[in-house]
Amino acid sequence: MTRSALRNPHRRYSFLSTRILKKRALQAGFLLLISAIVLFSVFPFYYAILTSLKSGPGLFEVSYWIESFDLGNYQAVVSRDSFVQSLFNSVLVSTLVVAVSLLFGLTAAYALGRIHFRGRGAVLIIVLSVSMFPQVAVLSGLFEVIRTLNLYNNPFGLVFSYTIFTLPFTVWVLTTFMKQLPKELEEAAIVDGATPWITLTKVMMPLMWPAMATTGLLAFIAAWNEFLFALTFTLTDAQRTVPVAIALISGNSQYELPWGIIMAASVIVTVPLVLLVLAFQRRIVSGLTAGAVKG
Amino acid sequence: MPEYSLSNQSEDGAMNDEDGSMSNIAAVAHHNRLTRQRIRSAWLFLAPILVLLALVAGWPLLRTIWFSFTDASFADLTVYSFIGFENYLSYEDGEWYGVLADQEWWGSVWNTLFFTVVSVSAELVLGTIVALTLNAKFPGRGLVRAAILIPWAIPTIVSAKMWGWMLHDQFGILNHMLQGIGLISEPLAWTANADLALWAVIMVDIWKTTPFMALLILASLQMLPSDCYEAAKVDGIHPVRVFFKVTVPLIMPAVMVAVTFRALDALRVFDLIYVLTSNSAETMSMSVYARQQLVSFQDVGMGSAASTLLFFMIALITIGYLCLGRRQMAGDN
Repeated sequence: MTRSALRNPHRRYSFLSTRILKKRALQAGFLLLISAIVLFSVFPFYYAILTSLKSGPGLFEVSYWIESFDLGNYQAVVSRDSFVQSLFNSVLVSTLVVAVSLLFGLTAAYALGRIHFRGRGAVLIIVLSVSMFPQVAVLSGLFEVIRTLNLYNNPFGLVFSYTIFTLPFTVWVLTTFMKQLPKELEEAAIVDGATPWITLTKVMMPLMWPAMATTGLLAFIAAWNEFLFALTFTLTDAQRTVPVAIALISGNSQYELPWGIIMAASVIVTVPLVLLVLAFQRRIVSGLTAGAVKG
Repeated sequence: MPEYSLSNQSEDGAMNDEDGSMSNIAAVAHHNRLTRQRIRSAWLFLAPILVLLALVAGWPLLRTIWFSFTDASFADLTVYSFIGFENYLSYEDGEWYGVLADQEWWGSVWNTLFFTVVSVSAELVLGTIVALTLNAKFPGRGLVRAAILIPWAIPTIVSAKMWGWMLHDQFGILNHMLQGIGLISEPLAWTANADLALWAVIMVDIWKTTPFMALLILASLQMLPSDCYEAAKVDGIHPVRVFFKVTVPLIMPAVMVAVTFRALDALRVFDLIYVLTSNSAETMSMSVYARQQLVSFQDVGMGSAASTLLFFMIALITIGYLCLGRRQMAGDN
């Protein structure tokens, strides 16, 4: 470039300007791409909020900007006792699922990550293979088990059944994490005569919090969103979780769905998740990638 | 000491050298006791998940397979009789019966496979584009990453409802937009029209799960060594060529894992189809078919037969993938 520039200074100038032009065009294209990605991701949720704030005939006129601010749909949703009850059920079920999966996931991860014993590989394969089970393949058998345990139409039955999809990845991610901890810590504890339980809870657990937060968040979101089991293992409005409640909101006829109310309920259910995602996006991303890439 | 776990062999040996022979025996005895105790506690620690997984996965799966050979009814699972393969296929009075003779079942198999192939491929392409975009450094990258996580976090039921409203044939915004830019002249019945409904399902699935794919691909992009790229830059190789010759081969293993995860997920799709197109035969997936037999028709035998077929299909694909992966790894070595 410098040699040709010396020979012909004008050429250098024109060459640079097309280069700048090209760079600008690339930048503009890049910006357009980013805007398209963000718009595509966020628009449906934005449109749900927009719809939920409309009422009456305004609902059936398409608009792109929030023009009316009517909380009537929200009032209608919150005044439905069954919806409030199902919100409560969802919170209860998801929280308990997180607690159960973390507790048992942690003990299992300690055994699988820190102790060498015959059968360890087999247990890991069993855990991994359960994660590929299609939920519908266990539906009739699990229905029978839940009936036998007297947990049908009961939030605890859902907590029990949700461990089928939360335990495998909790165990998997926590085991990976547990393996990376330095062994000196554990040795020191054992030299001091600590039992495995004390070693786990007093020495390892304080170091496991980041991984536990990640897996806990993923388990919470998975349990909060689950539909098939919740639909099949509950019968009455009072025992349902929110995804089922929303799916079953109906109007006077099949063709007259109360869209405003459905959108308001959807927004209520989604806002906690969106807040969780915004607050913990780094953790969630690391959990997702640890679960899949390292697996 | 083959089972010895706490410290590795070298330290073990060092300890034996330092100690006298008497204390050495005592130390070995102590170690053995400790090892046995640790192995015992390992199984104790594993007991809860083993019991739980047996109760929620192992036993129910066996029961489902068993039920597929019976005429059980969902209303009462205690009374049933063994009928052999009749739920799968049977021949009576010149007619074939059973899941394998049911056109709706084959329709659902086709829908599931079509859905899986189309949506996973589209998610792979779009996910790669999004991942490459997010791999560049620009102000506000964190916010964009948070934005693309939103579709992933929204419950499937809610996204099905949200899209159901956007795709509404009379009042939906999508028809409004497409009419506004002149792409269509008449509003389309996205979820009711047999030709469009499966495409609508695919569209919503792409919206919902591209973020997952993008984040996994992004994670593997960020682990790439930068020196290859610097070398390519010095040599003046075109970026597109660098992408296909350097980036693609390097991220391939991680991408294959992501594709497998997504494909296994897509093969068991239920919620989205169930809510978006409510039980119509045109879009029914294998899971929807199985649940319809089980719960709506109360026919546990047929439903279990369909579930069992789905299970073995997914199991075969998984085993095939694992064998392929192992062979590839062996080849690399």
